[in-house]
Amino acid sequence: MNWTIILHAGIASGTVLLFATIGEVFTERSGILNLGLEGMMLIGAMSAYSIAINVGSPWLGLLVAMLTAGLLSLVHGFVTIHLHADQVVSGLSLTFLGTGLSLVFGEGLSKAGAVSLLPSFTIPGLSAIPFLGDILFTNQNIMVYVGYLLAPAAWYYINHTRPGLPLRAVGEYPAAADTMGVSVYRVRYLYTFVGGVLSGLAGATISLAISPGWFSHMTTSGQGWIAVGLTIFAQWNPLRAAGGAYAFGALRRLILDLQAPTTLLFWDNPFYYNPYWGFFLKMIPYAFTIVVLVIGSREATRKRLGAPAALGTPYVRGERGV
Amino acid sequence: MTQAKQPDTTKQRFSLPYKVKIEPRLDTPTWLPTAVSVGAVVLGLVFGAIALRLAGQRNPFGAFASIAGVLFGSLGGISDVLVQATPLILVGLACSVAFSMKLWNIGAEGQFFIGAFAASAIVLTPILPPETPGIIFIPVMMIAGILGGALWGLVAGYLKAKFNVNEIITTLMMNYIAIEWNNFFIFGVWSEGGFQMSPRFPRTAWLPRLADYAKQVRGFGGLTLHLGLLFGPIAAVIVWFILYRSKWGYEIRLAGDNPKAARYAGVDIARNTVLVMMLSGALSGLAGMAQITGVVRRLQGAISPGYGFTGIIIAWLSKLNPLVVVIVSVFFGALLLAGREMGRSDISMLIQGIILFALIASDFLLRNQVRIVRTHDARASEEA
Repeated sequence: MNWTIILHAGIASGTVLLFATIGEVFTERSGILNLGLEGMMLIGAMSAYSIAINVGSPWLGLLVAMLTAGLLSLVHGFVTIHLHADQVVSGLSLTFLGTGLSLVFGEGLSKAGAVSLLPSFTIPGLSAIPFLGDILFTNQNIMVYVGYLLAPAAWYYINHTRPGLPLRAVGEYPAAADTMGVSVYRVRYLYTFVGGVLSGLAGATISLAISPGWFSHMTTSGQGWIAVGLTIFAQWNPLRAAGGAYAFGALRRLILDLQAPTTLLFWDNPFYYNPYWGFFLKMIPYAFTIVVLVIGSREATRKRLGAPAALGTPYVRGERGV
Repeated sequence: MTQAKQPDTTKQRFSLPYKVKIEPRLDTPTWLPTAVSVGAVVLGLVFGAIALRLAGQRNPFGAFASIAGVLFGSLGGISDVLVQATPLILVGLACSVAFSMKLWNIGAEGQFFIGAFAASAIVLTPILPPETPGIIFIPVMMIAGILGGALWGLVAGYLKAKFNVNEIITTLMMNYIAIEWNNFFIFGVWSEGGFQMSPRFPRTAWLPRLADYAKQVRGFGGLTLHLGLLFGPIAAVIVWFILYRSKWGYEIRLAGDNPKAARYAGVDIARNTVLVMMLSGALSGLAGMAQITGVVRRLQGAISPGYGFTGIIIAWLSKLNPLVVVIVSVFFGALLLAGREMGRSDISMLIQGIILFALIASDFLLRNQVRIVRTHDARASEEA
């Protein structure tokens, strides 16, 4: 097994989770829980691929993906922010709606012909760094580089800028933010939309860059849900989210490669000689998500960290609440 | 200058003479929740039809109507709908139980698969020899399915109770794990001649169908309705009794409505979390068993078009009332079947999503009164 290849591909596949998770961090930091990531990613992946095929421009596809997923997130926003509906159920319906819409409109896309994808390139200079250069900066897709910039930028934005302050305030103590003249509804709509846009970006990154194509619901195969789990593991911190996302990407890639060699750690590779054991390998990312959640939840209890205090509760002016 | 004399006119020129006024309802008319639910379903169908039209279907309403005619117009159609409703009732109950305690079990799908697996294991391992009479086979498979599903629910319940791990994600991840687990057996261990399915179960392990009695009763020929249909209503009555007539059910509902009060009242939340998740899983597992022995009669990959997820919507549409679940399931059985008739199950998924959205959005109408009033009336009432 070639570790450089595994890590190189792992970073690329982790970029998808990174976009989705950071989007969810933004949304949840404003106090809105959006479980509809899977649906929004699917609609992003579908519309990006569809535009790239029918119009010929992957960039336009990317833009449309961000818009469609963003619009879908606003449905969730309206229902939960203005109508005070249950955020869990609304998020679930968003998953159904997004999945249904993308399957209906994506029908026949998988049989479409060649399509121009987002470009990959090597960054001169940085790629010369030994080992890391080959993994991080050589022949990676442009979206991967966007991911490198997004994570620290998101962290800085949330923790150290003027607009980051109302974002955190609205998620922790909306009544106080309201008293200070922050429009709770406006902030929540904004970051629900940001979360939608980023998950659309994640979907487009799948279908136009990392594993190009439209494979109906298998396009995302549960990555939206893994991102929801990663958000908890990340303790709502974009940098931890990035770390988790890349680790997951590498794991997903490692699993694919585990079946290839005939020997594994000096033993006969059981996954090579018993191909059906591969199904157990496929369980690993999902099982690992549960493990990561247990770790995250225990840590949260120990350090008394936690979700944004107002996460999941609608804000009604004048009513008692968090 | 004239404007300065009458500052109000500028303001009024831009405002409509009518204003939407929203105020909390003090009491909800009894007919309203039902009307809202029906409205949500209609809205789902209308939007589904629009989406179908946009995606190229010529006459979506015509297609709906003709399918409805086929499904409810003949004995065979009704039988097919009820066959679809059979697993839906059970998973709908499973979700209702869990949601009553505000436990978001969205793993009914995985629990369904494991129930099907466990029931199959009795036949295929084989734990009971193939010549076992049905009177023993069926109950043992039922118990296996129930235990399998309960075990799958237990994992998420235990993690929630012990480490406060978000059950939404664990149950969902367990879905994927369950499907891969089944695949391992379908593709590998029990594969029949390299096909992605197990051998057919022996006859005694089949739930009896109406068609089996075609000789005795004329008109039963070709009807696929099987004994599993009875599991649902019986389970519904039991679940209703547990939730609304037993001390345990009171604890469950109290813990769901107000966990703090429940804790003060001495309700063991952790224990109930585990037990409710197990009960929920058991019901889904039984649904898997009924499907595998009543319809498919072998273990294979495509045994569920997302029953577990439809169960969520059924539970919500029924307002978590176990007896209503039975009726609502019949409608969704028809919806799933209609999707299959049209050759696109994706459309039933879309319609389900819209129904659920319309439903939770319309809760606002149940809690609040929306009135359109004339502006000067509104101002007058505010001043008063």
